[in-house]
Amino acid sequence: MTDLADRVPLAQQPPKPGSGRVFFGSPVNSAVSVTCLLLIGYVFWHVLDWGVMNAVWTDAGGPEACHASSGACWAIINARWRLILFGLYPFDEHWRSGLACVVVVLTAILSCLPVFWQTVRLATLWVCGFAIFYILMRGGMLGLASVPEEKWGGLSLTVFIFASGVLVGMPVAIGLALLRRSTLPVISRTTGAFIDAVRSLPLVSILFTAAVIFPFVLPPGFQGEKLYRVIVGFALFFAVYQAEIIRGGIQSIPVGQDEAAKALGLSYWQRVRMIILPQAFRYALPPTINQIVTTFKETSLVVIVGFFEIMASGNAAYGTGEWTFAYVEVYAFIAMIYFAFVFTLSRYGAYLERVMRVGQQ
Amino acid sequence: MLKLLRNARFRNWAAQALFLAAVVGVIVFFALTASANMRAQGITAGFGFLFQSTGWDINFSLLPYTPNDPYWKVLVIGMVNTLFLGSISLILATMVGMVVAAARTARNPMLNAIGTIYVDTFRNVPILLQVFFWYAVYTRLPPPRQAYSIFDTVFLSARGLFIPALDVSAIAAVGASLAVIVGLGAALWIAHARRFARKEPSLRRAGWLAVLALSFAVALVILFVGRGEEGAVISVPALKGLNFRGGIAIPPEFAALATSIMIYGGTYIAEVLRAGFLAVSRGQVEAATALGLRPWEVFSRIRLPLAIRMVLPTLINQYVWLLKATTLGIAVGFTDYFMVVAVSITQSGHTIELIALLIAGFLIVNYSLSTILNRINKAVAIKGLSTS
Repeated sequence: MTDLADRVPLAQQPPKPGSGRVFFGSPVNSAVSVTCLLLIGYVFWHVLDWGVMNAVWTDAGGPEACHASSGACWAIINARWRLILFGLYPFDEHWRSGLACVVVVLTAILSCLPVFWQTVRLATLWVCGFAIFYILMRGGMLGLASVPEEKWGGLSLTVFIFASGVLVGMPVAIGLALLRRSTLPVISRTTGAFIDAVRSLPLVSILFTAAVIFPFVLPPGFQGEKLYRVIVGFALFFAVYQAEIIRGGIQSIPVGQDEAAKALGLSYWQRVRMIILPQAFRYALPPTINQIVTTFKETSLVVIVGFFEIMASGNAAYGTGEWTFAYVEVYAFIAMIYFAFVFTLSRYGAYLERVMRVGQQ
Repeated sequence: MLKLLRNARFRNWAAQALFLAAVVGVIVFFALTASANMRAQGITAGFGFLFQSTGWDINFSLLPYTPNDPYWKVLVIGMVNTLFLGSISLILATMVGMVVAAARTARNPMLNAIGTIYVDTFRNVPILLQVFFWYAVYTRLPPPRQAYSIFDTVFLSARGLFIPALDVSAIAAVGASLAVIVGLGAALWIAHARRFARKEPSLRRAGWLAVLALSFAVALVILFVGRGEEGAVISVPALKGLNFRGGIAIPPEFAALATSIMIYGGTYIAEVLRAGFLAVSRGQVEAATALGLRPWEVFSRIRLPLAIRMVLPTLINQYVWLLKATTLGIAVGFTDYFMVVAVSITQSGHTIELIALLIAGFLIVNYSLSTILNRINKAVAIKGLSTS
């Protein structure tokens, strides 16, 4: 039997990847390749020219040196990086804010290791991480000077709001998902209506409600610090989305699993703890990582309710006096910080997805 | 008692009653505290304040507005602004997404690379940062006197983008739009309805062309009759003093939001569509090529329609989610629905009522958007292929 591919003229066969013909198979294709190459080269060259070759790197010359150059003015980062990274935190205590930030990032990295993927270990890890973070940031003990929450700012505030929002939100999400899966109609319907209502609201309005409305509907004495109210709002927002993801995970478990567990005489809580949740989380892991990535990006919205996190401190860094022209550099710097976090997280998510798929085959 | 607790039916009833009581209790508790707080501030609860005049101005409105207008009107204007910004940015984002998705699924590796670089760069930076960035860019354009201009009709300056506009009365604008919409509908009907399937194709084409031409002529007449006081149908922006007069002004806040949602939303829509393109079976594309369709026809007649139908449910969620991004208007001062509600709360103190209106507004918008799109999804879904 002759292979069909042998009978088709060579020019009409789909090009094999890796051969030159994917670039230059036809005149049109060659033109597209060349145009794209020129475009990429042009953009790359300009970015290099602006950001590296003509850039002013030290703030020794002040803003005047930047005016003289056609390149990027990284001098502003040199001059204002402490403001961008630490916000209004007292100058002499900046090392504490930086160290606290490193602690949370380290905790997050450690919890990505499979060794820690057990409820008890994960909980211990995060409780320790948060305790160290809080002691470092808040001070007032162990000989550290006290720094009230209003003075917190910059990157460590972003990381703190994000991490605590996810950690508080995750158990709430599990609870909401289980309530929505309940066989009792009143409970599942009410929870469903609540989840759908909150999901249809923008995060900005939830944060606004938490910052401005909560004190209005709570009796005095229960209102708490604004930072913690906003974290509660943030956690709630994360929880309703995550609840739907977990529910999706629960629904992808074969029915036989639950039925077999019932037949073995396990109680509801035993089934949830040992059969349902471990498998649901396995199925729901890729969308969960996705949700966490989105949540990290949306942490930036707390600037709207008046927090001095990294975005607001960036605005302040170029907003005053002599550096007002250098906004591109400041935003590029902050964008790179966000990019580093978000890109790493999403790569990790893609890696996990690959590993899990191998396990299922 | 213990026997009663063992009874599953009783236990279920009791659990539900307790749950309901807890939910109602929390709501009542909040409401009581709120009403006590409002009484302490001397505010009477109720929606009567909606008919009081606001006393503050807003910077962007498609409808005429003065500070003497009542609260309900400012809320309507906010909602119109949100829908206007939302529809424009969603259309732009869809166009960007289509191009990028096509590039990422193209055979040419250089095109793939450009698409990937685009998505990876803009997807991993928060949209708020992009809004701030574009706002800084647009407000740092040259002042009106040194504005960039295209043939002296379109101007780009730090005060915003100025484009020519129709200078006609509101009734004429609505009438002309109606005439065009009716004409388009009739033309589409004549071109596609089964009813005329037996007629000659040339006769059919002449028919819908004539209907279309007639509707445009009617629209032009309506516009001419309802023209503005200066006697011209089209008003072109021109420099008068320190700013431009005439035409439509698109403020930098609006431009920054639309640009950011277009770029950021475009990456998400591109990813959704890419999944759709990859799901179109190769046999379909090969069959189309074998029938002699040109590459552009294969794309526009086979790959794109099939891909969109496959991913429409995901796309709907993405649209609903992107529409919520318009609330970032408050970061740069664009008067969308959320910002209008927020300002009304600080100005009038009617917190609970306004929050209820905010929630109701977003529920209605999101629900109607997803209902309409789900209807479309059901109508165009490939029969016999379950996609949802």
